[in-house]
Amino acid sequence: MHDQFGTLSVEELFELIDIVKSIYGFDFSDYSKASLKRRVIRIMQMQKLNFYDLKHLLINDTAFFQKFLEEVTVNVTEMFRDPSFYKVLNNQVIPYLASYQHNKIWCAGCSSGEEVYSLMILLNEAGLRKKSFIYGTDINTNMLNEARKGIYSLRKIKSYAENYQLAGLSGSIIDHFTVLYEAATIHNELKQNTLFSVHNLVSDGVFNEFQLISCRNVFIYFEIKLQEHILELFYNSLAPLGFLCLGTKETIRSDYFRKKFKAVNLKENIYQKIGT
Amino acid sequence: MALNPDIIQRWQNCKLLLLGGSAGSFKPIFNAVQTFSSNFNKVVLIVIHRKKNYLSDVENLFAHNSRILIREVNDKDCINNSTVYIAPPNYHTLIEKEMCFGLDVSEDVWYSKPSIDVSFESAAEVYKGHCTAVLFSGANQDGAQGLLKLRNAGSLTIAQNPAEAEMPEMPLAAININAAEYILDTKDILQLFKT
Repeated sequence: MHDQFGTLSVEELFELIDIVKSIYGFDFSDYSKASLKRRVIRIMQMQKLNFYDLKHLLINDTAFFQKFLEEVTVNVTEMFRDPSFYKVLNNQVIPYLASYQHNKIWCAGCSSGEEVYSLMILLNEAGLRKKSFIYGTDINTNMLNEARKGIYSLRKIKSYAENYQLAGLSGSIIDHFTVLYEAATIHNELKQNTLFSVHNLVSDGVFNEFQLISCRNVFIYFEIKLQEHILELFYNSLAPLGFLCLGTKETIRSDYFRKKFKAVNLKENIYQKIGT
Repeated sequence: MALNPDIIQRWQNCKLLLLGGSAGSFKPIFNAVQTFSSNFNKVVLIVIHRKKNYLSDVENLFAHNSRILIREVNDKDCINNSTVYIAPPNYHTLIEKEMCFGLDVSEDVWYSKPSIDVSFESAAEVYKGHCTAVLFSGANQDGAQGLLKLRNAGSLTIAQNPAEAEMPEMPLAAININAAEYILDTKDILQLFKT
């Protein structure tokens, strides 16, 4: 079977997970397997590798591992993905944030930064930019570099125009960018109060106290056990009455955490920390 | 081609029914769902290409006109029998070994998210030969590779007769790579679901 690229048994997948964990310290053992397996097979097909080639490269080639890490995790993101979420955030959460002296926001699993800048545009429109600070974290250093630059292809930014409009914001998304030929750079003032750094939700801990944590479409890659480990981390990272935003299709299932987070909007999966 | 005892027996023994389609598939899939009674004792997953951001009310439309439980897939939903699941827009829907659904926002496949290929391939891995899969009308070739994987795993694979499909390209793509074991008119497909 192994002369064919892109076949991988469950046992082989677990073998790769063990290698990555013991050599590089990244633990994928509680990631959702169907998606993870599909990502690994995709790498094998793109690079024309069979299982043994892949194993060999992972063990012996650190530079290859960085590439592997980037491809195995999903870095597809949009500005203002799920416009209805941003609308609800604007109506139901921003008024709370406006009442605080300072807002610290954590965007966990920020990839190339689109969500961080979407949030910053929202805060800017509400007049809260100067008293807000957004931390964007991810496990991919290359993605974080992209996020820091805040430069996107004009074609991509134009494709978010509809999201922006549906989110109910005034003007056009392009108003927030400086366009030079095919590159659109986010305005400098929107970059000012942001910081991008490496943080692994699986293994790293609390690093600050936040008024809002946004972690959207990240839980879908984790099994429920790992989701709950991270919910505990988020709970401990939130200020009293702090907000937690999950993806539209991600929910808090366990009774234990339902008692710790009150639903602010169940359709958009926005929650608020109860207790201290 | 008409129904024969082989198709009927394999349909009756299957655990998961997969219905995939794009442009022109809503009506036949909608009619298919109407044939199920509340104790039809199978899992159904519908993957239709849908535009993101617009609640097309597909679920509501299905739910109002049907006697069975219909829901849009949420992350890690357990797969329950006698339930119709619909793949949500702007996500790929996968099936986990633990018999729950998984979602994924990775790259479009054939310009589509949800992709029929992704769901069908994932179903083939977990359910092996225990599926019936039907590929309906559509204007691209998403679903053909997935249907082939299902056929190779021993599942019953059917393409809507391209001659009567509003957009023949999708079922044709499956027929061209020999992924469809049977080619049936919609009326025969509906007849099969009633047996």
